[in-house]
Amino acid sequence: MPYDSAFLLRAYRTMKTIRIFEERCIKEFEAGNVPGFVHASNGQESIAVASCIDLSDTDIIGSTHRGHGHSIAKGCDVIGMMKEIMGKATGLCKGKGGSMHIADFDKGMIGANAIVGGGQPLCNGAALASKTLGTKDIAMSFGGDGSANQGTVLESLNFAVVLKLPHVFMFENNGYGEGTGANYALGCDSLADRNRAFGMPSEYVDGTDFFATYEVCKRAIAHARDGKGPFAIEAETVRFDGHFIGDPQLYRGKDEIKLAKKNRDCIKIFRDRVIKEGWLKAEEMDAIDTEVIALIETAVKEGLAAPNPDPETDLMADVYCSY
Amino acid sequence: MTNKIKGPSSIKTYREAINDALRQEMRRDPRVIILGEEVSGGAGCEGQDDAYGGVFGVTKGLMPEFGRERVIDTPISESAIIGAAAGAANNGLRPVAELMFFDFIGVCFDQIFNQAAKFRYMFGGKSRTPMVIRGTVGAGWRAGAQHSSMLHPVVTHIPGLKVVMPSNAYDAKGLLIQAIRDDDPVLFLEHKIMYDLKCEVPDEAYAIPFGEAAFPREGTDVTIVAISNMVHRAIQAADELAKEGISCDVIDPRTVSPLDEESILESVEITGRLVIVDEAHERCSLAADISSIVAEKGFSSLRAPIRKVTAPHAPVPFSPVLEDAYVPSVERIIRAVKDVLGA
Ligand SMILES: Cc1ncc(C[n+]2csc(CCOP(=O)(O)OP(=O)(O)O)c2C)c(N)n1
Ligand SMILES: [Mg+2]
Repeated sequence: MPYDSAFLLRAYRTMKTIRIFEERCIKEFEAGNVPGFVHASNGQESIAVASCIDLSDTDIIGSTHRGHGHSIAKGCDVIGMMKEIMGKATGLCKGKGGSMHIADFDKGMIGANAIVGGGQPLCNGAALASKTLGTKDIAMSFGGDGSANQGTVLESLNFAVVLKLPHVFMFENNGYGEGTGANYALGCDSLADRNRAFGMPSEYVDGTDFFATYEVCKRAIAHARDGKGPFAIEAETVRFDGHFIGDPQLYRGKDEIKLAKKNRDCIKIFRDRVIKEGWLKAEEMDAIDTEVIALIETAVKEGLAAPNPDPETDLMADVYCSY
Repeated sequence: MTNKIKGPSSIKTYREAINDALRQEMRRDPRVIILGEEVSGGAGCEGQDDAYGGVFGVTKGLMPEFGRERVIDTPISESAIIGAAAGAANNGLRPVAELMFFDFIGVCFDQIFNQAAKFRYMFGGKSRTPMVIRGTVGAGWRAGAQHSSMLHPVVTHIPGLKVVMPSNAYDAKGLLIQAIRDDDPVLFLEHKIMYDLKCEVPDEAYAIPFGEAAFPREGTDVTIVAISNMVHRAIQAADELAKEGISCDVIDPRTVSPLDEESILESVEITGRLVIVDEAHERCSLAADISSIVAEKGFSSLRAPIRKVTAPHAPVPFSPVLEDAYVPSVERIIRAVKDVLGA
């Protein structure tokens, strides 16, 4: 067996936690318990988990507006996350950040980001700190197919090569930037080829296949950790929900989501594979499902019951200078 | 609002009025184009074209009428969008570029302030840059720190940029038409909380000149200058105060660059008291700017210190309770008015 069962169970549990978390966020948003703009990552769980499962708390990740999955995969407390998304005082960022600004520095999660292309330059900085201080930590930035066209990202790719930074650029190609097709907005035939042209190793992988994605990530992380510089990955995936929760998604094809859920569900694909190979039993995973559902239920209950911030004391806390 | 409308008109939302202005100008002038992210939506997708018409639906229906050559969905590349608009403006087009959220000027500021804003002056008057940048501003959507800013003071500071901040559908249409016909770069800032606000709007095209304030309430005790969405809170405060016999002169500058200084000074000459309401932070802001203009040019009219009602010196917080406390409230305006009256 190429993977031990503890690893497989952990991967499954984390992917399932993301799935149930996102599905519950959608429900709670619809019930009016989650304010603002929320971007769910259900469908893309395998990439978050394959990318983060071998990282330590001192390795750094920089995420995007669609950051719940990355945060959970990097070990952020799901109860603290749910409280944050609900804007509560005991949330991971004391309710000041919300879904698009979750961060947990103890877990090496330096922030979701509401600016497309905001995270990649910052991850270069984290990688530079690691290189300069000799810590051997690596940085992993997440970005979408849409972010690949942002100037900050294109600059960061070249910058990372020139400075030989331990930075893995993970591009999740879910086919869309909001309601615009990736095949329209990316002028090139292959994002992986374009990234390679910057002068770093670059690979394409089917992101719905956890194992394939994990193997590429493992190579990329080893490359960065060994001081060989940056590595880019394009992982193709599917976004099961809208760009944001509540998106009517008129731009998607008829039955597209239904078919994707049937044929390209990364968790189903994982389950089928581990059962077929005889690596895990269905009952083991069903037991995890029950635990995960209970955990998310607790997160929602605690989130709803958590106190709101107090404008008197919290509005002006943590400003650089006050007037 | 006391706009004297002759001819056919209809009740329109702020969103529809902006759409109307774009459509009429695009019909009139083939040089007008729109470019930005999701201004139509659905490019390269299997599903419906024009799926968004802008994330707030403002440009909906324009692509079907004018085609993808004139309503251009772009990659997520703000520097390239704004630079292309400026360069196209120098070369015979009249582009209306959209920044989905005006916070994204952070990504493309060079093309705005170092390029477009400086061309006419720096090239000895030989270059024209007839472009408009539309963007949504403001808090209230629970959109968090990076999607809720009021950055008009930043751009108002810069010579070469005109800055327009309509507070209602009537002004939005007339000012946008003026902006498109203007030969200089104009920033047209739409407060996202106002898209569904309605008022009567003429069906025909009309232009409202820049630098002319509107007077939604007239009064003699206190002048309230309010900007963008704050105009509505100022009106509410004025109506409350009227019940107590306090008469407020509410001024909506409509464009903050150029600024109608004269109307503000004339009003303060009568009232002797000034409250300025703005959702931006106070330091180096429009509120500070108007306050300094009145202190310098209208000092002898003042009978009380000027009061500013602004957002605090902090980014916009996500949590609804904090965001609500962040945005200047009607109560804070009422308190400020009573303060300057010594009441
Ligand atoms: C600088 C900037 N431009 C535009 C946006 C609006 N926006 C948010 S997400 C998004 C699409 C991003 O697409 P992609 O990178 O593919 O990520 P996905 O949403 O598919 O995860 C856009 C245009 C933004 N937040 N920041
Ligand atoms: Mg995408």
